[in-house]
Amino acid sequence: MTRKQKRLSIIAAGAVFIVAAVALVTSALREQIVFFNSPTDVLAQTVTPGARVRLGGLVEEGSVIRGQDTTVTFKVTDTTNAVHVSYKGILPDLFREGQGVVTEGVFDQTTGEFIADSVLAKHDENYMPKEVADALKAQGVWKEGDATPGVTPQGSN
Amino acid sequence: MITELGHFALILALAACIIQSTVPFVGARRRDTSMMAVGPVAAVTSFVLVLISFFALVHAYVVSDFSVINVVENSHSLKPLIYKISGVWGNHEGSMLLWITILVLFSALVATFGGNLPESLKANVLSVQAWVTTAFLLFVLLTSNPFLRASPAPLEGNDLNPVLQDIGLAIHPPLLYLGYVGFSISFSFAIAALIEGRIDAAWARWVRPWTLAAWSFLTAGIAMGSYWAYYELGWGGWWFWDPVENASFMPWLAGTALLHSALVMEKREALKIWTVLLAILTFSFSLLGTFLVRSGVLTSVHAFATDPARGVFILGILILFIGGALALFGFRAAALKSGGMFAPVSREGALVLNNLFLTTAAATVLVGTLYPLLLEATTGTKISVGAPFFNLTFGPLMVPLLIAAPFGPLLAWKRADLAGVAQRLYLAVGAALLVGLAVLYMHTGAPVLAALGIALGVFVIGGALTDLGGRIGIGRVSAAIAWSRFKGLPRAAFGTALAHAGLGITVIGVVAASVFSTELVTAMKPGDTAEAGGYAVRFEGMRDVNGPNYTSQAGEFSIRRGGVEVARLSSAKRFYPARRMPTTEAGIVTFGLSQLYISLGDPESNGGLVVRIWWKSWITCIWYGAILMMLGGVLSLSDRRLRVGAPNRARTPRRASTVEAGA
Repeated sequence: MTRKQKRLSIIAAGAVFIVAAVALVTSALREQIVFFNSPTDVLAQTVTPGARVRLGGLVEEGSVIRGQDTTVTFKVTDTTNAVHVSYKGILPDLFREGQGVVTEGVFDQTTGEFIADSVLAKHDENYMPKEVADALKAQGVWKEGDATPGVTPQGSN
Repeated sequence: MITELGHFALILALAACIIQSTVPFVGARRRDTSMMAVGPVAAVTSFVLVLISFFALVHAYVVSDFSVINVVENSHSLKPLIYKISGVWGNHEGSMLLWITILVLFSALVATFGGNLPESLKANVLSVQAWVTTAFLLFVLLTSNPFLRASPAPLEGNDLNPVLQDIGLAIHPPLLYLGYVGFSISFSFAIAALIEGRIDAAWARWVRPWTLAAWSFLTAGIAMGSYWAYYELGWGGWWFWDPVENASFMPWLAGTALLHSALVMEKREALKIWTVLLAILTFSFSLLGTFLVRSGVLTSVHAFATDPARGVFILGILILFIGGALALFGFRAAALKSGGMFAPVSREGALVLNNLFLTTAAATVLVGTLYPLLLEATTGTKISVGAPFFNLTFGPLMVPLLIAAPFGPLLAWKRADLAGVAQRLYLAVGAALLVGLAVLYMHTGAPVLAALGIALGVFVIGGALTDLGGRIGIGRVSAAIAWSRFKGLPRAAFGTALAHAGLGITVIGVVAASVFSTELVTAMKPGDTAEAGGYAVRFEGMRDVNGPNYTSQAGEFSIRRGGVEVARLSSAKRFYPARRMPTTEAGIVTFGLSQLYISLGDPESNGGLVVRIWWKSWITCIWYGAILMMLGGVLSLSDRRLRVGAPNRARTPRRASTVEAGA
């Protein structure tokens, strides 16, 4: 092979490789991403059955029930609507009633209950998961500068 | 007073950096020796000034000077001294100051140890480095000044975020910054080479030690961060594909590629253009990481839009340097003539393959990190891209890379015999197959993929040993000769073998920990026993333990095997009153390579306590492997051939590919 042919074949091989990688990424993006929903979104639009979603909002006051066998149920609310969530496992340190939370899981087809397999309530007591803050703002429930669910961006850390 | 001194020193450092940005640069173009000589002086001066400034801030933290806003926001008089000091970089302003301190440290090192660099190259490198420093000094002074005073001064500070009050996080940021700021040197060398329009094997020989040093630090920093997240967050996970983690992982991937391509360039004068591009890209990833972590864009796209000063400033720096560098590359790259030819099957070919996979992997991580941000910024749709995405894209890219890794060092330069190399790897392949089958046999029902993953790890380790064995001629020469050859091997050879073996060990740890670990969430009362990894875990009861700035409730556990107590473990929940914030202090005991990991949940209504018990199979391999990789880097660095400042051996002058510098 001449130098030119060699270079062309290397470029061709590289191109094939990159196309394969792009295909991999786009298919993964189509199938493996998880959309965020507020309880109102959930009621308004039918979530694809069996699809993983993130559900976020505030933990409704008085809704947390620690049941049998480490299962906890609670309601996630955006103050307009609320969704029943059941979770088996240890809740994060900062999980509290009235605080923002993001849960990830699947809706039970029959009961309509949200079966969460992960619950996030991160960082510090002022911090609100950003999806929750934005969703609450969209509902008009919470304005900038509110004392309780104030966003102190952890951007510094 | 000392605080004002620090502030003033930082402003003086800016002045020194502006001189360093311009005078040596102009000097290099005019071939004016005295102007070029200003570079090293300015570099050392700005280093000393920034250091004064940095220690002034450390001083404010140590004496708990609550008239400084930054100290108020991140410190507390009751905090242990070590966390007072680490609090300096546990916040935005202070960590940017650390960033700059390391940036000027590297300039000063080039100025001091770059004695054997050609004068104009050295002048240009120092100038480019000063451009970056100037931009970041302006950023700190204009938008993130850590020396601002509070008036009136409060009596007590707000304390540092408790999860950051940990020895792991005290060391992690400096290591990480030494890594990804260290890549600025490779960047400056690349830009200087493009400006001069001249690049040769000698250039690669100068760049490689800096890249190796930065890479070793970054490896250690990432491993430390991962271990910190593992034990401090109490979730039992060691890598979350969190954007903040990805921000440090992308420069690591690109830096690893750079390390390998610089090797080709040094030995064979090939891949010049690509190496220069990689040097630019690696530091670009570092800048991008800084932008992601420091601009607040990750916390909230919204917050970024309402308080854009910092974010836009870093974005500006990002665009200026990445855009400028790539534009310069576009104009000048064609002028860099490539050297040595090679066949696809050759050591060069293997290294090209390595680069292709590593950079593509970095690109997939980039897509997964930026896509949610871009989507939210443009359409408002919120998505999360988590582990499943990265497992599906990053994972498959690593498999061929791991298969190829043992072949690389065994292949000859220029043109190699693939079948012959495959033959030499028969032992490694055999060991891998054996271990893979053993895994399938011992863990009945173990996923085939897991067995393959572990076999792959063993193959990489076996390949590293084969390489060393082949070099000293094991089995072909007598033991005495083999031993003397072993002693005579260049340290770089051991470095390569160690780093590759470390990679294999990490792979084994990752696969084993994710497949064979068990998790048990259960409610326990004192006296209850649970089972994990063949050990009986008995809950003994709760105990109150109070620290200097926290209160804590610790669960005591005794670990038994066959009725005999082998270890005790204490897992706690802490509460930090200053920030009204609880943290989980997981209890961890190491058995061999595996760990027993217990974190506490909430009390149940019937008096029990929810406890999460993990058995983490071979998980320590992940970090042991990373430590070996780092040691491999350090060992290569100590090789005489690469030692910074070591006199060059006499070489037959090589025809350097040169274009006119004054173009």
